[in-house]
Amino acid sequence: MKFGIVTFPGSNCDYDAYHAITEILGEEAIYLWHKDHDLQNADVVILPGGFSYGDYLRAGAIARFSPIMQEVAAHAKGGGPVLGICNGFQILCEAGLLPGALLRNAHLQFVSARVRIRVENPDTMFTNLYQKGEILEIPVAHGDGRYFAPPASLDALEADGRVIFRYADASGTISADANPNGSERNIAGIINEQGNVLGMMPHPERACSPLLGSDDGVRLLESILARVAA
Amino acid sequence: MPKFRIAVHIVPRKGLLDPQGKAVTDALHTLGFEYVDAVHVGRYIVIETSADDAMAAGETVREMCRKLLANPVTEDFEVESGVPA
Repeated sequence: MKFGIVTFPGSNCDYDAYHAITEILGEEAIYLWHKDHDLQNADVVILPGGFSYGDYLRAGAIARFSPIMQEVAAHAKGGGPVLGICNGFQILCEAGLLPGALLRNAHLQFVSARVRIRVENPDTMFTNLYQKGEILEIPVAHGDGRYFAPPASLDALEADGRVIFRYADASGTISADANPNGSERNIAGIINEQGNVLGMMPHPERACSPLLGSDDGVRLLESILARVAA
Repeated sequence: MPKFRIAVHIVPRKGLLDPQGKAVTDALHTLGFEYVDAVHVGRYIVIETSADDAMAAGETVREMCRKLLANPVTEDFEVESGVPA
């Protein structure tokens, strides 16, 4: 399977994603430049973390208008898998491919830490190798990670099982203490209506080896493989 | 076409948690400005553009706000009248 990793000016997790796909997953990965108009037949698109366009205006606001994003949107509309991590999640929200927005962390500080997230819905192409309620240890590193959407929109996401990950403590309790950025309802990751576009603030590609403290992110990538190859 | 300068104010939508505004409010209280009730931190953008007239320039800038300059989920904007540049 071929993964296309989009590099915007200011992306800084594109190599981490490349490493995870090629070295850990053992699949093919290519970099896609933001000015390209072609996904080069990638089966899965990853929008990596970083600070595309210096986060000018708002995180993700300008990356959204890159030429490659038209192709990513068309890929998504056709049911192709798209995974947005951190800045990638912000870009997906700005592009309207996911609802809501990511705002400045409530405590105003950049947070770089390993956090715990609870798997809310294992019945997606990104989470089918996890158990419902399983706690994963995955790092976050962001200044604008506070997920926000109007209450009615949050209710709809929850009712449809589209909240995929929530910040939780070790026992799986959803609490304010476990919430690293003040996200509404501890939301760490959501999926689109079609179920093929996932956005999440935590970095699964940085949790792919026990040497790095956790390999809980590997099964997310393997889930895509299991579902898309099937 | 004549040139215009148009200023845009973008602020967090009323009622939404505004941690930056809260932090500045707290700092002002510390400095002795105890009558400050609230502060809202936003962005001030000046656009220089050509247009048929000031009204057309304003309409174009409002469209820019809806498409890029403001986030429709979390921010409100106000466009000032265009002045000849």
